[in-house]
Amino acid sequence: MSLLSVEDLNVRFHTEDGVVHAVDGVSFSIEPGETLGIVGESGCGKSVTSMTIMGLTQSDNTDISGSASFEGANLLAMGNDDLRKVRGNEIAMIFQDPLSSLHPFYKVGKQLSEAITTHRDVSKSEARKHSIELLGMVGVPEPSRRIDDYPHEFSGGMRQRAMIAMALSNDPKLLIADEPTTALDVTTQAQIIDLLAKLQAELGMAVMIVTHDLGVIAETADRVVVMYAGRIVEEGVLDEIFYDPQHPYTWGLLGSLPRLDRPRPERLPQIAGLPPSLINAPQGCHFRPRCPHAFGRCVEIPPLKARIPDRPDHLDRCWLDVESKRELRVVDEGIGLREPAG
Amino acid sequence: MTPLLEVRNLVKHFPIKSGILVDREVARVQAVDDVSFTIEQGETLGLVGESGCGKSTLCRTILQLIEPTSGSVRFEGEEIAGLDPKRMRSMRREMQMIFQDPYASLNPRRRVGQIVGQPMVLHGTVERRDVRRSVEELLDRVGLSAEHYNRFPHEFSGGQRQRIGIARALALRPKLIVADEPVSALDVSIQAQIINLLEDLQEEFNLTYIFVAHDLGVVRHVSDRIAVMYLGKVVESSPADRLYSDPVHPYTNALLSAIPIPDPRRSAERAPLVLEGDVPSPINPPSACRFHTRCQWATEICSANEPPLASYGLDRVAACHHPRNVSAAQLSRAEVVPESPESAGNSVAAPAAPAAPSTPSA
Amino acid sequence: MRRYIARRILWGIALLFITSAVVFVIFFVFPTADPAALRAGRSATPEQIELIRKSLGLDQPIYVQFWYFMRDLVLHLDLGYSYQSNIDVSTLIIDRLPATIWLVTGASILWLAIGIPVGIIAALRPRSFLDRVTMVTTLTLISAPVFWLGLVALYLFSDDVGSLLPIFPGIGSYLDATTPLEKAGSMLLPWIVLASASAAIYARYMRSSLMDSMSEDYIRTARAKGLPEKTVVRRHGMRSAITPIVTLLGLDIGTLLAGNAILTETVFNIPGVGRLLASSIERSDLPVIQGLVLFGAFFIIVFNLIVDIAYAYLDPRVRYQ
Repeated sequence: MSLLSVEDLNVRFHTEDGVVHAVDGVSFSIEPGETLGIVGESGCGKSVTSMTIMGLTQSDNTDISGSASFEGANLLAMGNDDLRKVRGNEIAMIFQDPLSSLHPFYKVGKQLSEAITTHRDVSKSEARKHSIELLGMVGVPEPSRRIDDYPHEFSGGMRQRAMIAMALSNDPKLLIADEPTTALDVTTQAQIIDLLAKLQAELGMAVMIVTHDLGVIAETADRVVVMYAGRIVEEGVLDEIFYDPQHPYTWGLLGSLPRLDRPRPERLPQIAGLPPSLINAPQGCHFRPRCPHAFGRCVEIPPLKARIPDRPDHLDRCWLDVESKRELRVVDEGIGLREPAG
Repeated sequence: MTPLLEVRNLVKHFPIKSGILVDREVARVQAVDDVSFTIEQGETLGLVGESGCGKSTLCRTILQLIEPTSGSVRFEGEEIAGLDPKRMRSMRREMQMIFQDPYASLNPRRRVGQIVGQPMVLHGTVERRDVRRSVEELLDRVGLSAEHYNRFPHEFSGGQRQRIGIARALALRPKLIVADEPVSALDVSIQAQIINLLEDLQEEFNLTYIFVAHDLGVVRHVSDRIAVMYLGKVVESSPADRLYSDPVHPYTNALLSAIPIPDPRRSAERAPLVLEGDVPSPINPPSACRFHTRCQWATEICSANEPPLASYGLDRVAACHHPRNVSAAQLSRAEVVPESPESAGNSVAAPAAPAAPSTPSA
Repeated sequence: MRRYIARRILWGIALLFITSAVVFVIFFVFPTADPAALRAGRSATPEQIELIRKSLGLDQPIYVQFWYFMRDLVLHLDLGYSYQSNIDVSTLIIDRLPATIWLVTGASILWLAIGIPVGIIAALRPRSFLDRVTMVTTLTLISAPVFWLGLVALYLFSDDVGSLLPIFPGIGSYLDATTPLEKAGSMLLPWIVLASASAAIYARYMRSSLMDSMSEDYIRTARAKGLPEKTVVRRHGMRSAITPIVTLLGLDIGTLLAGNAILTETVFNIPGVGRLLASSIERSDLPVIQGLVLFGAFFIIVFNLIVDIAYAYLDPRVRYQ
């Protein structure tokens, strides 16, 4: 049984401008111990998906349907008290900006201890002792002294380490990392990615890493889900997404990166146009208006399914046949989205 | 021919003041510390470094938006550091800035037409009755349309706002554009559009760019030459492709190694060089070579003598006592370059125990 | 932290000194009438006036006069002498202070007790029926002038002229009250009137402050930890939301003690500092007005100081600036 299994998740926000269909029929699963990367640009629904699993998008203006089963129990149907026992305990989460994610008025140690005492019946001094161990484990130097610092006295990297320590305080089975390195400098980012990999190997938890950065995905994920405008457009194991991508949007993402590992092209292959509004999304395939290869059938929504023979785990949402995809996606000896002729 | 921009020994220190009743200076943030470089017309200089390395301050100091503590900035041979405000105002026509957050830098109460047209009116570069036509042409040129003339910035997406910012910067037909993280806030697909646009415009208008970014991939793509900054100093300056294939300074090596490669196999193959710890405070930077506290090759000399910027062949310049990817022959020919800081020595000190020149790494 | 407090206190003292200097310039250097002549009475001879001028030190150079003024102020808390009431200004003010303290303390407790909970409820249920009712009510209360509200309250509820529910002690009852209980009773209507507008302002302030803090990222973190919503609001949301309220409260109490309760005190005939200010302005009793200005400045500066220190205590980020 999967650790987490999301089925046909739909999230709609009611706003003054209309109903935003932020997550549109998203289904995926995470196995124990694996790392699933969810990649997409801002507004693609990747963060909303992860927050909804944690029950953090619930409000009067939000419609949520579908299910998210964690070890067989549907998180979306749980009462507040039951959900609370899961989050921070069996599923933990870290966020993009560690400074604003920590309360500025409380010492780091207090915020850590709070995470422990919420789910465990331990004394204050035990919680503090455990907090110091956790800080040490995530590589904060002099943890017994730094525990009495306020978040603003930590550097950006140290704050994210503290957030990770907090998330790990109850040995979660699943860690959701929502853009965990986006706000950090590259050398700090490398430290945090290293740390997450090390901790995952030690503790054996599953990780769901949500990011816009394909480089981070390449370094961390086992399997990848690519999202565009609220929908999953492609899903598969890491290598297949990078070396045999099936959806034109994935080609576009891979191609438009200025890459250090390749000779530089004269011109970056770019994706024309803008992502659609999720209030009035285009009919059929959401990528159709920007796709140079769109044809008549694209006004129908392509189902997310396996289309390559003998690759049941590689799913995509594109009507093009597998052979023509392999021709169309090659640009300058790499993978990219060909610019429209003329 | 005089270079378009010549920066010499530029220093910007921000005093930190404190006191019970009357503030006095207790320390200085050494944001930019003795930086020199030259840019030719039509060239792009990339500036990279992590937050707090002084790259943004350097840009603003060059444009005299912040008054430099000392040093010289010559634009087409004319000194602009300490230039009187009136003369500076007309010089500004020649040098414009593009910012990271296009929304924060556009007046939300003004229409696009006013935002882009105002500089033309203020500087009188375009006849009043021609302003609208010029603005519309410019909007068209940056990939917007003439219909956007009467819209407000909030009606646009991030990428489109950056196009407005670019149109405004171009309104006065400047020679130099300083772009401070112009694509950092944008999504990958939009980022490529803006980078391509900036390159097209450079060719069309013969623009010179100073391009600041923390994303080394983006910087390599657009730059001819790249300067790497660490704690207010330029530690390496090399041709764009060379910087990536044969980085000299250990910090450049670490920076390149830290960037995740969007290629799972290559990413798994390489042995990453993870830097320990955080960037030290620019208030009390480490002595001599500022990188010595985090450098795995550091020896005693690194904390005693500041390494001068020296040439290490292949047009590479770096400030390091233990340069990487440098052959024995290149090392023996190394010479201190004129851009070297005054506080650094005048000779390329031979390493105490001549470290075997490291082989270029993948 | 200590350094920060020392810095604030020194600035407070410096401000007090500057205020005193300004007051001195206004009341002594630009005299509206010759103080010696005023003191001497109507039928005084020029010689008598000159004598008084000498005895008051008014023939000295200005800086010497200022020195005397400051010396008396600091060493003897001497705010001058009211010739009209024939009493020390400081004694006069200290006499009037208890009534004002009574009024302000009770009213501030009342408006906090109403404003804070109402603001919290409105913030946690934005756009709900309760939120809308609260916001309309508070808007009405904020718009109602205190003197009007006071008169209406008296006409409806005071036990002498009240026409609807005459149960509360009316105008001037504080003057007759002797026991603390009687005094509190006599203050009931003034408290309600003074507190109503402030309660409304605090409710709105609390609402927006809590809504701001509840939308912060650290609230999301607190929820992700699995904390009960009550704890999230109380420990994480309220903690940051209350900080600006403390600032507001400190400044409000400072200005009210300084005489800003003038309207309420006048309507209910409470012999407080504000009432004293009103009557001395009517009678052009300059020494009293001058004393009250200094005294008011003192309260405002002191409460500002308290606010600054409280702020540093509440927000650890401030201490390190």
